[in-house]
Amino acid sequence: MSNNSNHDMRTPLSKVRGLGSAKDGTSHFWRQRLTGLANIPLALFFIYCIASVAGKSHADTLAFVANPIIAILLLLFVLSGVYHMKLGMQVIIEDYIHGEKIKILALILNLFFAAFIGMACVFSILKISFGG
Amino acid sequence: MAPKKSQRPLSPHLSIYKFPLTMMLSIIHRITGSALYFGTALLVWWLVALAMGGQAFATVTWFMQSPIGLFILVGYTWAMFHHMFGGIKHFIWDFGKGFELESVDFVAKIAVIIPVILTIIVWAVGLSLV
Repeated sequence: MSNNSNHDMRTPLSKVRGLGSAKDGTSHFWRQRLTGLANIPLALFFIYCIASVAGKSHADTLAFVANPIIAILLLLFVLSGVYHMKLGMQVIIEDYIHGEKIKILALILNLFFAAFIGMACVFSILKISFGG
Repeated sequence: MAPKKSQRPLSPHLSIYKFPLTMMLSIIHRITGSALYFGTALLVWWLVALAMGGQAFATVTWFMQSPIGLFILVGYTWAMFHHMFGGIKHFIWDFGKGFELESVDFVAKIAVIIPVILTIIVWAVGLSLV
């Protein structure tokens, strides 16, 4: 172990931080798993919601989504879901798109898409829930 | 005299290579993930229409209840369950469990079968409520 210090070019600080050359360590992996874990109960809840409003009128569906408990859980599902899918699509892009320019463009579009989906869902749920 | 055929394992030849189940599932996990990704556009359409009013909501309801809409929704339900159980399978592997060849195949088969059953149950219940 002590011999290693003769060859290891990393500073003691970088070893302690353990963030590697990409400077963010395992955070992408960890957040992917964390949002995935959260998505299990939230997605089941979402399926329950869709089944509950299937075939209902506009007014009844509005009333269902406006319920604070339903709205809060739907918001959590949207937030955890769009973060999870942004991370997942990023991995697919980085794995399969090799041209540097098109890859960066795809990564930007991925972020914009996830942000738009998230914002549109959050705004709609809040508007319905606040009774606007 | 022909040399005795070697019994050593050969490296996989892509043209005759039988994909292991786990490899197929790894690819399908990415495909279902991508489908769920783009399918969120439908969720946005539904929620925004719901917030906009009766006219917009009638349009999205008409689409969702059309044959194409129902096909997409059933497919989306399956993709969600499939991706969910694929994810649970990865959680098990993340903990370093179930890496024996038999366990790997068993877990993979479970992760294929349960999502199909759950999709059928959800839609059997869902369609009976409508």
